[in-house]
Amino acid sequence: MPTIYVEGQPYEVSPGLNLLHACLSLGFNIPYFCWHPAMHSVGACRQCAVKLFKDENDTKGKIVMSCMTLARDGTRISIADPQAVWFRKVAIEWLMLNHPHDCPVCDEGGECHLQDMTEMCGHVYRRTRFKKRTYRNQYLGPFLTHEMNRCIQCYRCVRFYRGYAGGRDFHTLAWHNSVYFGRHQDGVLQSKFSGNLVEVCPTGVFDDKTLARHYVRKWDLQTAPSICVHCALGCNTIPGARYGTLRRIRNRYNGDVNSYWLCDRGRYGYEFVNSPQRIRRPLLRNGDGRPTLAAKETALTQIGGVLRESRHVIGIGSARASLESNFALRCLVGPENFYLGTCRAEVQLLSAAIDVLRNGPVPSASLHEAAWADAVFVLGEDVPNVAPVLELALRQSTLRKPSDTIQDLHIEPWNDAALREAIQTEKGPLFLATTYSTDLDASATQAYHAAPQDIARLGFAVANLLDANAPSVPGLLAPIAALARQIAGQLAEARRPLVVAGVHCGMGAVLQAAANVAYALQRKNENTRICLAAPWCNSLGLGMMGGKCVDSAIDALRARGSTTLVVLESDLYRHLDVAEANNLLNTANHVVVLDSLRHKTTDKADFVLPAGTFAESTGTFVNNEGRAQRFFAVLPPAGEVQESWRWIGELLAASGQRSSAPWQTFDEIVEDLVRAMPAFAPVARAAPSADFRMAGQRIPRQSHRYSGRTAIHAAVNVHEPQPPADPDSPLAFSMEGYLNQPPSSLIPRFWAPQWNSVQAVNKFQEEVAGVLRGGNPGKRLIEPQADGQVEYFTEIPEAFERREGYLLVVPGYHVFGSEELSILSSGVAELAPMPYIAVNPEDAGKLIVRENGLVDVALSTTSHYLPVRIAPAVPPGLAVVPMGLPGIQWNGQPVWKKLLRT
Amino acid sequence: MLSLIRTVWLVLLHMFHRRVTIQYPEHKAPLPPRWRGRIILSRDPDGGERCVACYLCAIACPVDCIALQATQDEHGRRYPEWFRINFSRCIFCGFCEEACPTYAIQLTPDFEMSEYHRENLVYEKEDLLISGQGKYHGYNFYRVAGLAIGGKDKGQGEEDRPPVDLRTLLP
Ligand code: SF4
Ligand code: SF4
Ligand code: SF4
Ligand code: SF4
Ligand code: FES
Repeated sequence: MPTIYVEGQPYEVSPGLNLLHACLSLGFNIPYFCWHPAMHSVGACRQCAVKLFKDENDTKGKIVMSCMTLARDGTRISIADPQAVWFRKVAIEWLMLNHPHDCPVCDEGGECHLQDMTEMCGHVYRRTRFKKRTYRNQYLGPFLTHEMNRCIQCYRCVRFYRGYAGGRDFHTLAWHNSVYFGRHQDGVLQSKFSGNLVEVCPTGVFDDKTLARHYVRKWDLQTAPSICVHCALGCNTIPGARYGTLRRIRNRYNGDVNSYWLCDRGRYGYEFVNSPQRIRRPLLRNGDGRPTLAAKETALTQIGGVLRESRHVIGIGSARASLESNFALRCLVGPENFYLGTCRAEVQLLSAAIDVLRNGPVPSASLHEAAWADAVFVLGEDVPNVAPVLELALRQSTLRKPSDTIQDLHIEPWNDAALREAIQTEKGPLFLATTYSTDLDASATQAYHAAPQDIARLGFAVANLLDANAPSVPGLLAPIAALARQIAGQLAEARRPLVVAGVHCGMGAVLQAAANVAYALQRKNENTRICLAAPWCNSLGLGMMGGKCVDSAIDALRARGSTTLVVLESDLYRHLDVAEANNLLNTANHVVVLDSLRHKTTDKADFVLPAGTFAESTGTFVNNEGRAQRFFAVLPPAGEVQESWRWIGELLAASGQRSSAPWQTFDEIVEDLVRAMPAFAPVARAAPSADFRMAGQRIPRQSHRYSGRTAIHAAVNVHEPQPPADPDSPLAFSMEGYLNQPPSSLIPRFWAPQWNSVQAVNKFQEEVAGVLRGGNPGKRLIEPQADGQVEYFTEIPEAFERREGYLLVVPGYHVFGSEELSILSSGVAELAPMPYIAVNPEDAGKLIVRENGLVDVALSTTSHYLPVRIAPAVPPGLAVVPMGLPGIQWNGQPVWKKLLRT
Repeated sequence: MLSLIRTVWLVLLHMFHRRVTIQYPEHKAPLPPRWRGRIILSRDPDGGERCVACYLCAIACPVDCIALQATQDEHGRRYPEWFRINFSRCIFCGFCEEACPTYAIQLTPDFEMSEYHRENLVYEKEDLLISGQGKYHGYNFYRVAGLAIGGKDKGQGEEDRPPVDLRTLLP
């Protein structure tokens, strides 16, 4: 470990860091702009100057940029040296020459890195007599505001957007004193990671447009640690609320999961929490079918009565509800009557995926490991659209091998511009086998588009090449065999190979092929990882809990009379065919639905109970890695809204199954869950329990600067109400409590003295850009069998054969539109495409349809009239229909269909 | 004994001093303009609302008796959607006025706010907003800010040069 001397004092630092990184990790404050912990140094802003001395006798020293200087053993520097202090003050004065007088109307204010650094450098007065340069702004779409006057030309935005996130429609424009950051013309930013510019840009050039509609400052937001609900990656978030509504989502650093990033679906999909479609009070439907609002007690008594009288109660769980709520339902109906709220095919795929993780020898990859993989093979998944932040990780993975191969140039890994200059456009191995083209294609070594069967065959062939014990694939075409050899060669050479697959292409064979590849690699290289994408935020949690698929519920309902169906937080019409869902809901004598939003299923229910969203609940989700992560309520649930597990607890009492509600607090249900299913034991350790205290105090959800507490409620009542109690967590709905850093799973916001912006996260990490103090939050539930016998899957599907007059309809996905909750956000809805069906030009020719010509395709039992999109990347014989878009009723299982021109 | 006599003597002397007691409320005391009394929200010289809803007064307030919600018009001008001061909590310290970057919030020489019911001391924006500029004349934040609002385009601020032409190659 090198020792560096700061102001003459020795400090040990990790090898290979630059001085800025090392000093920030040691807790020193050095101002900086262009350096970013994940994007490293370019030395553009000249803000991080320190004095460097040759040796202990050197008193003169020289000014260097700390971000561009290696922290060698024996390096002597001074941060407080008067000349360095002066230099930094002058540097920021230059950067501020043209800065507008905007702080009061700037949304960055109060969490602005530029404000923090200006304060830190002591630049207080504008001395220049000249007028300021101004720019016109651009319209950048529904998510970001643009105010170019505030730019300090640090280049972080463009380095993130193009270099890190692979975007193409954003650049540095103009020249010399009028450098501009934007698009070539006004328009929606194409990258699904554009929202990160809000946090990357150290100034108020880019800010959250959805927040601007109901703007409040950071210090006024009530925040709590939370988990994104919009896909299975489980990115850690910090939602902020004020006056009872949710105002925004920010990233919550977790070194193992999302690191510094969120995708725009996760960042902007929150508006469903404030939606007018929210169910806020219990609803009863009486004889005439009209819903009436009911008091909590009335609803509970009536439902309790129904449950008591039903001979048979069936519960349908939900992959977007917490582990605890699903467990509560399982208790209410009994394990034998517990059904998973997803269709048969999805249940099978999911349990196959869990088997691969649980019984196979290959550990599942965290997103951090995915970003450090040096060869990646993706089978069947449209990663950018189903697991967006994984795309960001895979983009970083393509830099690993090229950076390894230029080691003889001795470029420090943090010297970003030099490294990229040396690498040029070279990319490490990334092989994609998907049913249609994806956003990653341009970065891939090879992108192979084929039917799911052929993708599986390619995978099986690769596995066979890696390990002859794996089954071989008969009748492989020469070009595919060549591709398999190329993939196998690259994977075998890699130091940290990664296989990505999942449940989205709807075919188990693809999953099995991926497992074979990973198993075969694992025999050669124990650093092999596998990453399986899943559709919902708690898919794995529900899958691990186990239960029957919802399709079979109908048989159970038919078999016995007088049944009650209890549906937990799901819209059955999204998982089942319309006819099937109708059948199910009509066959049951009574239907009870617990959900937060109105949808087709709640419209048919006899009883609806208002469930809390993630923002009003405490619970646990299991992400696709198998990591159990706790989320906490940001808002106290208003009115009759409460967590589903609380409702079900009260139903257990109301129906007479228990003398009283079995769980008064969250910890009690977790305890019961762990007792009933020991596989979930780590869930109890995912975050401290509710009686945890720091110095005898709770952790406040409100900042110590939270304003207005004697005025907010004054219009209703001048006597300030007591803050709502929180029996479920060690957090408090108050500004009083422990002000220092809490354990990593309880961090409600990143703030440190002098660091009001999101950059304060530096102060929460053991080493900057490393793990959070005390370890990254979340507990892995699934570890591979250490010495398990590898059993290869042997069922190799037949090669895809086209069928005359028919097309194999496969599911497509859109980051904006395919997910149920986020589409209720206006920005997401705006960017969601209209339903369509994509076919190959050849098939379009056969059908004699033109672009946008309507075809009729009988998906499930409903007819769909869809405009045709002609896409050369769709393999002949296939048709892609986007899942989840309003107007599309289909469970996404590949199916042969005839397309009729209309 | 001595002190007693001294006291009687002083009281006697006071009979010949000028009187300071005022027959309030018939007579009112002249208060200096910087007296810290009832708070108002003022308007800029062009008649627009001065408050830009920056929340600085709210955070400065030591008793947290100011709450507001920002909103903006279609041209991007920020203003408070609602603005509430709970005067039953206010200690008239003037921190809010000091924090305000736009001279919007001002304390005035009016202290006659007594009420029988505390609720009546909760003032909303319509109770606070006056039609004039208050104590500070001539300042309009938006004239010096870089932000464009309705009627003031980019580069039209007092400190601004015209917007950069991104397509020119001239130095
Ligand atoms: S970017 Fe920061 S310093 Fe600049 S106007 Fe906004 S808040 Fe103020
Ligand atoms: S827009 Fe922001 S991130 Fe980009 S150069 Fe300007 S200040 Fe830096
Ligand atoms: S005078 Fe003081 S107490 Fe009253 S509103 Fe202003 S800051 Fe708050
Ligand atoms: S400080 Fe001034 S401009 Fe800001 S919210 Fe308060 S009154 Fe409005
Ligand atoms: S942070 Fe070192 S030069 Fe910008």
